[in-house]
Amino acid sequence: MKLALGPVLYYWDRDTMLSFYDEMADAPVDIIYLGETVCSRRHLLRLQDYLDMAERLAAAGKEVVISTQTLIESEYDVKTLRKIAENENFRVEANDMGAVRLLANKMPFVAGSTLNIFNPQTLDLLAGLGASRWVMPVEMSREALASVLRNRQSGSETEVFAYGRLPLAFSARCFTARHHNLQKDDCQFKCLDYEDGLALKTREGQPFLTLNGIQTQSALVHNLIGELDTLQDAGIDVVRVSPQAHHTGEILRLFREGMEQRLTSAQALAQIEGLMPAASCNGYWHGKPGLDFIRNNPLATV
Amino acid sequence: MQPDKIELVCPAGSLPALKTAVDNGADCVYMGFRDDTNARNFTGLNFSVDNAKEGVRYAHAKGKKVLLALNTYPQDEGWQRWTTAIDNAAELGMDAVILADPGLMQYAAKTHPDLRLHLSVQGSATNYEAINFYHEMFGIQRAVVPRVLALAQVEQLMAGTEVEIELFGFGGLCVMVEGRCALSSYATGDSPNTRGVCSPPKAVRWQETPKGLESRLNGILIDRYDADENAGYPTLCKGRFDVQGETYYAIEEPASLNTLELLPELVRMGIAAIKIEGRQRSPAYVEQVTKVWRQAIDNCLRDKSTFAVKPSWMAELGKVSEGQQQTLGAYYRPWK
Repeated sequence: MKLALGPVLYYWDRDTMLSFYDEMADAPVDIIYLGETVCSRRHLLRLQDYLDMAERLAAAGKEVVISTQTLIESEYDVKTLRKIAENENFRVEANDMGAVRLLANKMPFVAGSTLNIFNPQTLDLLAGLGASRWVMPVEMSREALASVLRNRQSGSETEVFAYGRLPLAFSARCFTARHHNLQKDDCQFKCLDYEDGLALKTREGQPFLTLNGIQTQSALVHNLIGELDTLQDAGIDVVRVSPQAHHTGEILRLFREGMEQRLTSAQALAQIEGLMPAASCNGYWHGKPGLDFIRNNPLATV
Repeated sequence: MQPDKIELVCPAGSLPALKTAVDNGADCVYMGFRDDTNARNFTGLNFSVDNAKEGVRYAHAKGKKVLLALNTYPQDEGWQRWTTAIDNAAELGMDAVILADPGLMQYAAKTHPDLRLHLSVQGSATNYEAINFYHEMFGIQRAVVPRVLALAQVEQLMAGTEVEIELFGFGGLCVMVEGRCALSSYATGDSPNTRGVCSPPKAVRWQETPKGLESRLNGILIDRYDADENAGYPTLCKGRFDVQGETYYAIEEPASLNTLELLPELVRMGIAAIKIEGRQRSPAYVEQVTKVWRQAIDNCLRDKSTFAVKPSWMAELGKVSEGQQQTLGAYYRPWK
């Protein structure tokens, strides 16, 4: 299995981003996804900045993929999408069917998790258009994945979102701006204040969701580090870690050590807990509500 | 110059609702089969094949169209349920099927080349590149656009595609891009994409407590009501939550979309059809909403320059709106 770093889903200032990726150049990660996938108003890094960063990371030996914005609303968004699709140096992660149209039969691409590939027919179809890798929907269970992989005809690599707050929903509305009683068009870039998103709790204090601009994430951190053996058995090729404001490098190191069996799943889980911004969940992988956490029992037979 | 036109597409969660919609002025009705092949998979709702046959007969006899929603994402273990539904739709003479999954579109296009395909709102197509993808690949002829675009963005989108555009005009409002929301499965295990349900009734619990009436979804507190407040169904994005010590509708208020006042603009833009949400609602709802919209559309098509929303229409629609509140949603840019 290969280890991937997903795109930064939050809005960090320019210096923070540049130093984060300087650090990632030396991190034990094989693939780095780069780009603004959440909101077109986040402009401290432009597409050209990402492409320059991509060059540096590629020179450091990383496979770099440029990720497209998930919700494409305006002509401006479409233009940016077109520029990304026309770049000749890096593979693109298509997070919308509009991106697929621009990439199909032109260059190999990664089919992102929001394309909703739930069955082998759709997977084969996208593979036929050039999807050399696909990221399974975050909602998909291990069992549903096994069924898709058993019955598909094509051979694209399979990637799973294995660590991070789950990107659960996208809206036209910006919930961070709404919290500050601001309109989206005048959001004052409040997302800059929340390096790991803005916590939403129930009225009895249970952490439930995380507001990240137009994206809604889980409050809990989806964490499959205790499941690396089941990921391997399921035929996963790429394991994705989603960046967080602190300790991302250490988390990648733990995943790497777990994948190379230098740590048992119990050890990896114990060590990662102190590095997480919230508690773990992994229900989706087990076909349960996403917020559940089921401890992997290494003695249980599959 | 072509005369103005715009189709009224009404929800039919049952045969009585279908007949009510047809009798009160719907141009089209849309329905689903009684399983997880559609995004209103609720107990007691939807059609058996026999019911659907009677529905199609009734509508066609009155010159109206029937559309079948097959708009969930087929799970591999049940793939045949979806293809059988497509076969049944063709057999029953449905005027179109409303699909979200590319694999299923491919099946429909290959197996039943004469079956008209619409792209469901669950397909999350918010730009013309995406819509043209489905058009070129599978020949979809109409796209239902997610309730997240401003009207100016819809117009921009229409300039880039020859595919007909259908917009939601009234009813329950998804604040998230349809097809890209997993909040329900995060909380309960079931979502629109995977099981055709959002905030499913089986996960709902109501509890009287000293602090007020509480609504919970799989144990998660969605809202709590004082004695003088109307309690609403705990759709999880419409609850009151705590963000940095402030308790409010952090995602969306319980309110219904109502675009009556935009009607002349929608007609001018050349929108092909207006969709009324609410297959889960009663025939009485369907009757009220269909009547008002029929009158409004007829008035508007007679002369859109003098069209004015009648207060009686708003009052009628207000009665059946969620939380008795109405909004223009994302069509009105500042809402965002």
